[in-house]
Amino acid sequence: MQKTDVVVIGAGAVGCAIARELTKYQVQVLVVDKKEDVGGDASKSNSAIIHTGYDAKPGTLESELVVAANPMYDKLAKDLDVPFSRIGAILPAITEEQFEQLPALKEKAFRNRVYDVEYLTGEELLGMEPNLNPEVKAGLYIPRESIIDPFLLTIAYAENAQQNGASFLLGAEVTGMTCEEGKVTVVKTTAGDIACKWVVNAAGLHCDEIAAMVGKADYTVNPRKGQFYILDKNTSCKVQHIVLPIPTKQTKGKLMCPTIHGNMLVGPTAEDLTDKEEKSTTAEGLASVAADVKRLVPNVNLRDSITQYCGLRANRNPEGLHVDTYDDLKNYVNLSGVRSTGLTASASLGKYVAQTLLSIGMPCAFNPHFNPIRKGIVRFHELTRAQQDELIAQNPLYGRVICRCETITEGEIVDAIHRPIPARSVDAIKRRLRAGMGRCQGGFCGPKVLEILARELGVPTETINKNEPGSYMIAGKVR
Amino acid sequence: MYQIKCDVAVIGGGPAGLAAADAAKQEGAEKVLIIERDTALGGILQQCVHPGFGLTRFKEELTGPEYAGRFMEKALADGVETLLDTMVLEIMPDATVICTNAAHGITEVKAKSVVLAMGCRERTRGAIQIPGTRPAGVYTAGTAQRLVNRQNEMVGKKVVILGSGDIGMIMARRMTLEGAKVMAVVEMNDYLAGLTRNRVQCLEDFGIPLLLSHTVTRIVGNRRVEGVYVAQVGPDKKPILETEEFFECDTLLLSVGLIPENELTRQAQVEMDPVTNGPKVNQYMQTSLPAVFACGNVVHVNDLVDNVSGESETAGRAAARYALGKLPKTTRVVECVPGNNVRYLCPQRIALGGDAEDVTLYFRVLNPDGAVTMDASCANAQVAHRTAARVSPGEMEHIQVNTGKLLGDAVTVSVEKRG
Amino acid sequence: MEEKLITCTVCPMGCRITVKGEGEKIVSVEGYTCPRGEQYARNEFVHPVRILTSTALVEGSASGPLVAVRSDKPLPKELLFDCMKEIHALHLTAPVHRKDVLIENILNTGVNIVATGEAL
Repeated sequence: MQKTDVVVIGAGAVGCAIARELTKYQVQVLVVDKKEDVGGDASKSNSAIIHTGYDAKPGTLESELVVAANPMYDKLAKDLDVPFSRIGAILPAITEEQFEQLPALKEKAFRNRVYDVEYLTGEELLGMEPNLNPEVKAGLYIPRESIIDPFLLTIAYAENAQQNGASFLLGAEVTGMTCEEGKVTVVKTTAGDIACKWVVNAAGLHCDEIAAMVGKADYTVNPRKGQFYILDKNTSCKVQHIVLPIPTKQTKGKLMCPTIHGNMLVGPTAEDLTDKEEKSTTAEGLASVAADVKRLVPNVNLRDSITQYCGLRANRNPEGLHVDTYDDLKNYVNLSGVRSTGLTASASLGKYVAQTLLSIGMPCAFNPHFNPIRKGIVRFHELTRAQQDELIAQNPLYGRVICRCETITEGEIVDAIHRPIPARSVDAIKRRLRAGMGRCQGGFCGPKVLEILARELGVPTETINKNEPGSYMIAGKVR
Repeated sequence: MYQIKCDVAVIGGGPAGLAAADAAKQEGAEKVLIIERDTALGGILQQCVHPGFGLTRFKEELTGPEYAGRFMEKALADGVETLLDTMVLEIMPDATVICTNAAHGITEVKAKSVVLAMGCRERTRGAIQIPGTRPAGVYTAGTAQRLVNRQNEMVGKKVVILGSGDIGMIMARRMTLEGAKVMAVVEMNDYLAGLTRNRVQCLEDFGIPLLLSHTVTRIVGNRRVEGVYVAQVGPDKKPILETEEFFECDTLLLSVGLIPENELTRQAQVEMDPVTNGPKVNQYMQTSLPAVFACGNVVHVNDLVDNVSGESETAGRAAARYALGKLPKTTRVVECVPGNNVRYLCPQRIALGGDAEDVTLYFRVLNPDGAVTMDASCANAQVAHRTAARVSPGEMEHIQVNTGKLLGDAVTVSVEKRG
Repeated sequence: MEEKLITCTVCPMGCRITVKGEGEKIVSVEGYTCPRGEQYARNEFVHPVRILTSTALVEGSASGPLVAVRSDKPLPKELLFDCMKEIHALHLTAPVHRKDVLIENILNTGVNIVATGEAL
């Protein structure tokens, strides 16, 4: 039987952040996930924003974690080589009613200790964001609201954890746990049993199912769907900041912001569901995104959309972000209610969960070999011509451009396939490199990526998946 | 950095690039270089194994590889040079082209003129916003065609095709001949997007249902496509959801339009036509940057490759003349303006300065019509007139004007119902 | 007597032509608007033929696993799938040149399957 000290269930942003944090201690860490790649669920379909926590419910753990996390990202993004930008958010009040809500929002920010939120006049807002609804009366400026590459954040946590000694067991679904004398002793998976000393449940959307395996399901996860549009980089109407609507009780509302790679992101809806596998965009949902965002940015051109997607937030019932330990299950930590702020909170949750594990007996000795630096894949299009030339001289595969929309070379694709956390599917390549994420959506590079994956992995093309097993790209040979 | 000097650099070795390059050579340009991203010349024609090419130009029915082959053989025999497996990264206004390949690394091609011939790309699922899940098995028809015809990869076994464009219908036949079951070809409009001949030979021959005034409303399946919902559309083109019907399939192919491939053109800040999504050109296929010419589907999407070849020869000849300093100096520019029932005109402007010459203006109508007159007028005078038995947005029209008659600043082309 | 509705493919007009007859004997042709259309409809009624195009497997080629092929003359429509089986069974070795005859007199039709692409 495989043995480890800590099993982290779930390789999303939070699970991978926890794993990375735990490699700072002298413990063996194993991350298990039923998906074939890290960040395969909620961490890949969200609004890619690093929040400040200005609008969290004051006094909650969620507020504490998000507020604490935001300042960490300057160093973290640099250490982990993840694209990140503090572009700031604006919250324009368009109607009289919204204008009247501003003082309460500013006070809430203050109570969350986000002290740098400022009032702006309508004129100032239009100066910052000329495409804003000209009827804007006034608004708030939240300077530290930021954008990040959410795929790369998760991958970078995982790669850095792996390079510091953590192991990953992907494509392995947890099927049960053995408890003896008030402790989890074995985590059972579809890829074999794992004997362990501590267990962290960071299973996100499925954390209630994991909790139920050890009898700790005093809550349920109710998926809340969010649908988004991604617009072409060349779209006629852009914004430079995160443009937020005045929030309602149910949701932060539908926003428009640039992505870290220069596309526009518009959304999301907030639709409560029961089915965790229901991942369809709908005509009605997208129409509601369009209608709402047009109130903020009237000229937003959704015909310039290059793709639409949806994600499921792991909404907890009853609500609230929880990190629970149990008197009768002494080596088990249960995370729940990690929802849309989870991407932001991953940075602080890693530390919070590590501290929680220390409190239940994990040894606290520091790992003196811990290296916080992770270098990402060398990005051809970010180099100068001279650097590009030198790179091609070293490795001619960098001379061959595979994705013409995003200028991604064969060298980068081969690198992604052979990284510590390898890309083994078409979507895994896409999330690491953006090949297929541009305006042709893989029409040109898709067939080539397929060939490269099969060649590098030494398998037939028929076995290459879009993402999960069963999502085969090719049904067989013609001849 | 590796450097190459040439008279005319042609970006793209498909039908447009081949014709332009050979014409440039014929016109007297000494060194003509085709820069092609694929490992072979021929472009998209290499995967178009079906017949139907060359009827206008060669008066015989060729397949894509045969049509490309004729141009390739001629161009190479005439001394056109090639740089294959090479991607252009940047085009500068002075006709310098930066490109990359595995053999030479970053390469600077110093040309005297450049011809843009990058072709077009396909509209995607995302662009037409089909709701539903995002499984494997949704391909544009051209991508599927490449996989099937060049890479030996069968994309699926049970197929629904959205869009009755020619590539979609041709793939319906191709997939059927290779043993797949094509459930239906679904077309949003109440008329066929492609040629009647393809409806007969690609669909009717094989009993493949054509559903006009229908669209795909939803894609189902979390991993691989499990099926699609198809509904009728009303006169407003919106689906009538009560008519939704489920089609079980593992593959959805999209043949829903082509868009000129102009990333490099935009980056070079060439003036663009928002209707064609291509650069604005004059009768020499010269863009707003004097040393940069453009031809083929990069300028506007053509129906027939035969047209592309002709237009590209114009571009190639003019690019050679520009490189040799022989293109007439422009003294005055006449804008070409779409009038009644005309969606766009190409060229978008006519440069005056040389001897009076006939210029063919290509255009597409906005709406289908029966017997019509086509008029070109300039400064309140009719400068050209034609009639046609019928017009359709799917078929390119043309009218010829003589530059000697263009006394005003704009020439307007209108299509009116006859009688 | 048999009646067939034929869509003319000679030009984009797509005339709907009704042909009545029995086997090789045509009794009436209606709905055409030009002589080429009439001829097309007659041929299509008596003996519809099609150019067949496809690909064949080729080994040892730098330009990929397949080479494009066609019938050098139209084939009887009803034989298309049988011809596909023959093409499917081809296992070529590079080099293959355009116009190379790959299957001579396929299914005794007098038609050859020839390469349209190059595999070097």
